[in-house]
Amino acid sequence: MAKYANPGQPDSVVSFKPRYDHFIGGEYVAPAKGQYFENPTPITGQTFTEVARGTSEDVEKALDAAHAAAPAWGKTSVAERAAILNKIADRVESNLELIAIAESWENGKACRETLAADIPLAIDHLRYFAGALRAQEGGISQIDEDTVAYHFHEPLGVVGQIIPWNFPILMAIWKLAPALAAGNAVVLKPAEQTPASIHVLNELVQDLLPPGVLNIVNGFGVEAGKPLASSNRIRKIAFTGETTTGRLISQYASENLIPVTLELGGKSPNVFFDDVAAQNDAFYDKALEGFAMFALNQGEVCTCPSRALIQGGIYEEFLQQAVKRTEQIKQGHPLDTDTMIGAQASNDQFEKILSYIDIGRQEGAKVLTGGDRADLGGELSGGYYIQPTVFEGHNAMRIFQEEIFGPVVSVARFSDYDEAITIANDTLYGLGAAVWSRDGNTAYRAGRDIQAGRVWVNNYHAYPAHAAFGGYKQSGIGRENHKMMLDHYQQTKNLLVSYSQNAQGFF
Amino acid sequence: MEPATGVERVALTPAAAELLARLTAIHGPLMFHQSGGCCDGSAPMCYPEGDFRLGGQDVHLGDLTVPGLEKPIGFHMSASQYEYWRHTHLTVDVVKGRGSGFSVEAPEGVRFLIRSRLFTDEEYAAR
Repeated sequence: MAKYANPGQPDSVVSFKPRYDHFIGGEYVAPAKGQYFENPTPITGQTFTEVARGTSEDVEKALDAAHAAAPAWGKTSVAERAAILNKIADRVESNLELIAIAESWENGKACRETLAADIPLAIDHLRYFAGALRAQEGGISQIDEDTVAYHFHEPLGVVGQIIPWNFPILMAIWKLAPALAAGNAVVLKPAEQTPASIHVLNELVQDLLPPGVLNIVNGFGVEAGKPLASSNRIRKIAFTGETTTGRLISQYASENLIPVTLELGGKSPNVFFDDVAAQNDAFYDKALEGFAMFALNQGEVCTCPSRALIQGGIYEEFLQQAVKRTEQIKQGHPLDTDTMIGAQASNDQFEKILSYIDIGRQEGAKVLTGGDRADLGGELSGGYYIQPTVFEGHNAMRIFQEEIFGPVVSVARFSDYDEAITIANDTLYGLGAAVWSRDGNTAYRAGRDIQAGRVWVNNYHAYPAHAAFGGYKQSGIGRENHKMMLDHYQQTKNLLVSYSQNAQGFF
Repeated sequence: MEPATGVERVALTPAAAELLARLTAIHGPLMFHQSGGCCDGSAPMCYPEGDFRLGGQDVHLGDLTVPGLEKPIGFHMSASQYEYWRHTHLTVDVVKGRGSGFSVEAPEGVRFLIRSRLFTDEEYAAR
């Protein structure tokens, strides 16, 4: 085990600056109104830096820079753009530890995850889109002997991206990599809960992109996000968040008639069929781990498997062992590499989770383990920690229907295949799901019958590039993580060319 | 759309009422729309009235009276989400926090939060 020193201590691998400005036109610039907001770490609740509080003036300035940069950037060769993405990936990789610890301190998540997942996935994502871009082809359609339709990919121009706080760097890269690869200039607004770590990364790579291609404006949603999302100077807006803001952003986009991609969360079912327990072997162990995946990233994942559905034949025994597995999750200092679950990202998030634990109890759900805040003592007493919590209840309860975004799973029983699918699909959302079975036919059928964009079969919480990710139902519009995402950031230009010498014959 | 009945479905804590009076002075008349989904979801979003366009898929749960304000503040939710919430009474509270979405209170360093209780049998029957 190792415990990384807190940023701010002399032996820390990362040091934050006391203040971060906006990154506009290739340099750091102070906010127009001169205001900054405090940025606390959820690990201790203490402020560690302050960040520019952006307003519409700053957004306009960033849009100016993006518009100045977009035409030339859009005409660079794909080889050049891919090479730059690869260089960014290399630079991030050679600073992985520094960036990972910055990300943990920013968000509160365990550094085990940022070191092994968040940052390595971000690096791979950049390389994936560098490769996907090189391999992308337009299409040629031969209409008749003398007429050919050529299809070219062209960048949209300037796009806006609003990033969530649960994976501040990884979610930024999920959106940036395809947008930049496709030749767009970007104005990006990080979440106000986690505004600083992206700047730690950006400072390491800022010399690689031409000025104005990437612009970062910090601030609050109402003050900086809204002017960006409602601007008539963007050609697309991408947002990860929740349904009401998703609708609001769609309303703004409709005023400007621009496309929007949305990822809005879920209430993902994790379905365990009887045959999972046919043997007490490695696969059974894997399934128990799959149950406990609800606690990954403190449950702050849009695809958190927050509804566990267990078949009647194994219900009692499997649940008992799954609770035991949950109780083995090690909660502690997020910068300790042994820690499996860290702090919730903010105080309001912490309070919201507690309010859901309260309504769960009122509705008659039974707490099988957890069910309260966790006071980890010392400097962590000021942080936001929740015990991994297992509720037993039924699917009509609010804790089965609303995204709690905490380490809370709600468990229900089902009797047969049809009931499993009915319960799994009885939700407003359709982002993630999992089915666990030793029977390939059952797993395949269930995977196809569950209305969700990503169904894990006999695994969970894997997010490799080249596997499309996105929602059905109210979980959103569009896909990420796959080369098809290039299309979300490109126009199709059709040149319809006649090679005939003769008049068309109309006049 | 289900019209509001005689039973109160949504209420305010004094701290939330006080904050709404202050926010109204800054932003003008306000409205609430309850969000669902991830990150900052499952939380009430507070906007300048009319900024969020309500439609046929929204339910009006009630109007919140704030001391000192002429007009009450409407509270809305999408009809599909309301199906899963209809058995609970909601109270808008406020906690220290950060963000988010485009809700107007975020820059104040606070966040609106929903506290819920089950309707009593009498309330539920009268709905």
